[in-house]
Amino acid sequence: MTHSISLTVNGARRDFVLDDPRVTLLDLLRERLQLTGTKKGCDRGQCGACTILIDGKRINSCLALAVSHDGADILTIEGVARGDQLHPMQAAFIAHDGFQCGFCTPGQIMSAIGMMQEAQAGNDPERIRECMSGNLCRCGAYAGIVDAVLEVQAGQDEAKQRLSA
Amino acid sequence: MKQFEYVRPASIAEAVAAAAQPGSAYLAAGTNLLDLMKGGVSRPDRLVDVTRLPGLDRVEPLADGSVRIGALVRNANLAHDARFAKAYPAVAEALLSGASAQLRNAATVGGNLLQRTRCAYFYDTASRCNKREAGSGCDARDGENRLHAVLGWSEGCIATHPSDFCVPLVALDAIVEIEGKSGRRELPLAELHRLPGDAPERDSALQPGDLIVAVRLPASARTFATHARYLKVRERTSYAFAVVSAAAALRIENGRIAEARLALGGVAAKPWRADTAEQVLKGATPDAASFQQAAQLALAGAKPSGDNAFKIELARRIVVRALTLAAAGTPARVPALPASPFASVSGALHV
Repeated sequence: MTHSISLTVNGARRDFVLDDPRVTLLDLLRERLQLTGTKKGCDRGQCGACTILIDGKRINSCLALAVSHDGADILTIEGVARGDQLHPMQAAFIAHDGFQCGFCTPGQIMSAIGMMQEAQAGNDPERIRECMSGNLCRCGAYAGIVDAVLEVQAGQDEAKQRLSA
Repeated sequence: MKQFEYVRPASIAEAVAAAAQPGSAYLAAGTNLLDLMKGGVSRPDRLVDVTRLPGLDRVEPLADGSVRIGALVRNANLAHDARFAKAYPAVAEALLSGASAQLRNAATVGGNLLQRTRCAYFYDTASRCNKREAGSGCDARDGENRLHAVLGWSEGCIATHPSDFCVPLVALDAIVEIEGKSGRRELPLAELHRLPGDAPERDSALQPGDLIVAVRLPASARTFATHARYLKVRERTSYAFAVVSAAAALRIENGRIAEARLALGGVAAKPWRADTAEQVLKGATPDAASFQQAAQLALAGAKPSGDNAFKIELARRIVVRALTLAAAGTPARVPALPASPFASVSGALHV
């Protein structure tokens, strides 16, 4: 039995016919849309390399069946920049050496963007570390990642202050 | 992963009928189930997707002072529901100490209750496991078992239930609402999970087709709001299951404990309510002596199931610490490292 689903991926509507319900969102993105920025690390929900936003919330795409997410609005690393203008989180990761090999980076960046929308960590490094614990970095770039998040948070706080001033 | 049929029922009744057929499993977020299916540990013939069932994703305060949590409420949404977290702070802290932010955004209340053990021998299909395959034996018994059960285990199974959420829930007398083939019924959470006995393959009291639709906390649960904590020792500070955990809740009146609630996690195949310890705390002054007495009683029946005798003493100490923290009062905000015994250390780094 086949299943038809529609997703919005990085702002564009995409229709799929799934002839097997076993396909995860991770595999759908990588194999059917060639959006290979979302990485397959452990494929078991432990490393966070496959992090994407669904309806604004960060989740592990390796543990999400595509067939169960008909109608979802998905944002991947390919959708965060505006043309050649990097997302502030991408720019901050570069500025602060928030990566070495880069394999975990798309997941880290999507997770960091999701975390800022959740607004639980603020500018507290300890809370940022805790809220980012679902993303492993085997190169150990954590210190740079926290600095990158702090910079983006500071920019956001400043912008808010300007608006309210 | 084994091939399966996917169905998405439109109503609870349709879901129950579909899931009552042999080989069926309910799918909510799938954060545990898909992992088990990828490893060949769970091999359902049919997934019954309940994520679109109407009315199961709300947190509703009820007229009698209780609260009803729909089975499809996401762990993160519940923990960050400000009214809920204020009334039941130990539940929020337990939720935030579990898994990762990504998993909490997806995982549901019902799924958390029904998650399977993380015993490595249950996960390894090359090992013998009475829970995975009834009657096959237990390789954990003579294997790597330092994290296994110290209470309520049997020769057939020494696995633990991994949930943090269930620990304060069981302490607060949570009730599970279940829709089954013969209609709606209720069960205390304390009776949902089974101890292994000679049938470790049965995790819970649920029958085929039974669907958890909600969890309810009675009005009494909110009377502990100012003195409630969850404490969890992990082998790393974040994103790890409990070695041992405890939920402690006190109602303190005129300097004495009017009522106490205590439950342990990571020690048994179910969240472990420590009733006799609660009784001895009633009327006592909240001090080290009474907390130590409670800890002795809470672990009275404990025995090692392998290289895990340390967990018994660790659990006693965690009970004392959780009660001490509860007596000191619920913090205004969940600590940066929820439920961590190290959270009070200023500037502590954990990466």
